[in-house]
Amino acid sequence: MARTLLDKVWEAHTVRTLPSGQTQLLIGLHLIHEVTTPQAFQMLKDSKLTVRMPGRTFGTLDHIIPTTDQTRPYADPMAEDMAAHMYRNMKEFGLPLFDMATGKQGIVHVIGPELGLTQPGMTIACGDSHTATHGAVGAIAFGIGTTQVRDVLATQCLAMAKPKLRQVRVDGTLARGVYAKDVILAIINQLGVKGGVGYAYEYAGEVIAGMTMEERLTLCNMSIEGGARFGYVNPDATTIDYLRGRPYAPAGEAFDRAATWWKGIATEPGAAFDDVKRIDGNALEPVVTWGINPEMSVGISQRIPAPESAPEAERPTYREALAHMGFEAGQAIKGATIDVAFVGSCTNGRLSDLRVAAEVAKKGKVARHVRALIVPGSQQVARAAEAEGLHEVFQAAGFQWRKAGCSMCLGMNDDKLQGREMSASSSNRNFIGRQGSPTGRTLLMSPAMVAAAAITGAVADVREILK
Amino acid sequence: MSTTDLKRCQLSGRGIPVTGNDIDTDRIIPARFLKAVTFEDMGEHAFEDARKQNPEHPFNQPVYKGASVLVVGQNFGCGSSREHAPQALMRWGIRAIVGGSFGEIFFGNCVMLGIPCLVATQADLEWLQKAIGRSPQEPVVVDVETQEVRFGDRVIRATVPDGPRNQLVGGTWDSTAVLLDAGPAIEATAGTLPYVKGF
Repeated sequence: MARTLLDKVWEAHTVRTLPSGQTQLLIGLHLIHEVTTPQAFQMLKDSKLTVRMPGRTFGTLDHIIPTTDQTRPYADPMAEDMAAHMYRNMKEFGLPLFDMATGKQGIVHVIGPELGLTQPGMTIACGDSHTATHGAVGAIAFGIGTTQVRDVLATQCLAMAKPKLRQVRVDGTLARGVYAKDVILAIINQLGVKGGVGYAYEYAGEVIAGMTMEERLTLCNMSIEGGARFGYVNPDATTIDYLRGRPYAPAGEAFDRAATWWKGIATEPGAAFDDVKRIDGNALEPVVTWGINPEMSVGISQRIPAPESAPEAERPTYREALAHMGFEAGQAIKGATIDVAFVGSCTNGRLSDLRVAAEVAKKGKVARHVRALIVPGSQQVARAAEAEGLHEVFQAAGFQWRKAGCSMCLGMNDDKLQGREMSASSSNRNFIGRQGSPTGRTLLMSPAMVAAAAITGAVADVREILK
Repeated sequence: MSTTDLKRCQLSGRGIPVTGNDIDTDRIIPARFLKAVTFEDMGEHAFEDARKQNPEHPFNQPVYKGASVLVVGQNFGCGSSREHAPQALMRWGIRAIVGGSFGEIFFGNCVMLGIPCLVATQADLEWLQKAIGRSPQEPVVVDVETQEVRFGDRVIRATVPDGPRNQLVGGTWDSTAVLLDAGPAIEATAGTLPYVKGF
């Protein structure tokens, strides 16, 4: 019987079936960052346990660090304390830490693929919900909590139930000005924020096959926003080309042997899925969220829906969203005034994201009332962008050019919204309070659309700027 | 602790209803509280911003002080993987959650803390939330083993998938010891993987 990538990877990593009926699943790659780990290390110490396979855990600093002055001690004493714990724990347990001095620091979901740590056929866990990002190369990658981080450190395993598998097919061709971010926002809009609960999403179809690896990373990144803890794309020639030459990828003849194995773990023709959903790529336009969860979005030419258009159970959330955002049902999203523009995050902080934002930034200047930040996803992204002169393009247009980190995606450092500020953001969540102000407001969109909003001062259609 | 102490077969306590769907973990515990290196003080910050913005929030109401069974809507705990969310609820006093559906990472984190999350129908949840509002002193009995929630003389069906239910009822939800029991089979499995042994 034809098998899926999920079947093959799950089976290869099954240590045994637990008495509970769950799988004891071996974790091939464990990625950690400073915020969700100090308690896990403490639990390990309290239980007098060691790290079972130290060579399979890698750490970085991303969530809490400043993106202006990164010299230690950090100005925020709590951030400094958290970083100090990370340094101490990594040293004590003999684990590698990609800090600023290595030149490899960055957002955990940017550096994993960039360094070639992330490879097809792996199981990958990280104390961060956006871990499905790594599924873009054909890995089974998922977010875990801190006590589970302890389990991975202590046992290299997790007790897991195998999810159901849904294929999400996107066929057709994307129009100019429509990006991977628009595809995933459209998928979440159509399948809902709860639609993926219990499922892994296998993304397939003409649009996905034609995507670059960075676009696939954006796509898989937001699987969790659609409720799916896992999301992946089958490895193909794009995957293999992307991994060739990366520092932690196999080299020489070993790379060719690896490529053969990687291709072999892809879903086989005729394999069965629990469910298949289809999205028409031809029909997509740039997408902007208008509400307080990532499902609440419209195409740029559309109007904000009325609560009455939603199923009855969803109407209270719609009303709450309109009240929080200060929008009226029936209002066009285009033209909504913004205060802040943010390009960055594990969703859209890669070189291709900065390139497209810079292309738009060349068309104008940041509106006088807008504060605009460009935060590269990693030190390597920052260096590559600077080598191309992108930082100068941004600075000339009035954007701030920052250092790598999670920044205003979740506002754990100084990069926060103030009061009710409205943010055009390339990040992944528009939850109430997400960007650091309890009353702040977030409009999710592609990096190109963020740059367009920054120079327009309001939500704009990037296609009109790029034409 | 022996596994007897860890068994989560049946819990009983006063209820607290939090209505609404898609309540994310940022709402349960805003990110600024994640800067602490321990979970100790999380309890006092549960729903902090939501409570400030809404004086009527159930977590503000004295009548619900001491409640331990949280009754919620659909997709509760969606979003961020932060274990700080169930830690905050647990340290506030929550011992079990009944809802329509749960964010998967949140659900898994709750299991790791021995907090059962049970799934009931929308109609039953609405009834239970209203009934608790009318009789906040009445205990809610959460029976993980029989997959029922009892309130007054009414019994509603509330399910937990087999794996987590077996862990909770069997007292094996704190999984490190169980996983370590596999012994050298862990290294043996790793040794079969080409990316571990070398391509």
